[in-house]
Amino acid sequence: MTALAFADPAVESQAAFRAILRAIASPGAIETCGRGLAPPSPLSPAAAAAILTLADFETPLWIASSLRGGEAAAYLKFHTGAPLAASPDRAAFALLDLERDRLDLKSFAQGTADYPDRSTTVVAETRSLARRRGMRIAGPGVNGTAEIDFSPTPDDFLSQWEANRSAFPLGVDLILTSGIELAILPRSVRVTGGE
Amino acid sequence: MLEDVSAENEAAARRRAMGLLARALSSELSGPLEQRFAGHGARELKPVETGLAMLRGRAGGDGAPFNLGEATVTRAVVELPGGERGYAHVLGRDAERARLAAIFDALWQTPHRRRLVETCVLEPIAARLEAERARTSAEAAATRVDFFTLRRGEDDP
Repeated sequence: MTALAFADPAVESQAAFRAILRAIASPGAIETCGRGLAPPSPLSPAAAAAILTLADFETPLWIASSLRGGEAAAYLKFHTGAPLAASPDRAAFALLDLERDRLDLKSFAQGTADYPDRSTTVVAETRSLARRRGMRIAGPGVNGTAEIDFSPTPDDFLSQWEANRSAFPLGVDLILTSGIELAILPRSVRVTGGE
Repeated sequence: MLEDVSAENEAAARRRAMGLLARALSSELSGPLEQRFAGHGARELKPVETGLAMLRGRAGGDGAPFNLGEATVTRAVVELPGGERGYAHVLGRDAERARLAAIFDALWQTPHRRRLVETCVLEPIAARLEAERARTSAEAAATRVDFFTLRRGEDDP
């Protein structure tokens, strides 16, 4: 049985879009998104809402191996109509699970100098996500510094992120999701270790 | 018989069925659904939506394609308990009609129900459409003018 998506697509996807917009405008802020959605496990409602809202038939979606064959992939494909991208660098959106997939920011589309917007927006599922001491975020949209903590964090996350940030205006934006919450690290912010 | 029809025939048959369902009247769908398939158990996978579809045309059948204009189309997707998915796109904004057409598309895909869908739903629709077409062409035929050219002979040597 295929699970249902938004009951009222126009209103609910606009609400989710608004939450995503607020989250990307103030990096590190945690927004509620996807309440009421019941996507097939292990997909979280926030990740499902983000992809249902953003992806459509014109945006290739890349799904990491831990989610690719399952019901979650079929659910996203059915409800968005998005084609599955053959490789991460051809994807407009990507979905992965930090617990089971390796995060490699360089493998995604970075955009081009003329069209930096043609980069991949990565949706990464986390086990926990909180606004507490962990990593420090600074940059546009952050007053001073903000703190964010998510787990699992890949060991080389800080160096990967620094490489991603230094390529600005190219680079990927990272949507972190957990349950019905999400936070976004846009390519413009600097992330440093908290301690 | 049904087993050896190729996938292509199957697709053509489904196209025909969906085409007939898309042109059905509400009453042609709701009546049989209540009488014959009351326990269908279909549920909507996506809320029924109304939107616009671009109609494309070609002049003379082989000219360059052009956009003719947009038509209002209502779309429905349903799923039966057995997993068959029915789709319907109907002209206009009648959500109920689109939902019924999608249910019949799903029922048509269930092998043991196809026969019944064909005889109680599709055939009456096809018969009505054929009668309408015959009536229109009869009306047109009544006003037909045949032109004859008489040979006048002056071109002859």
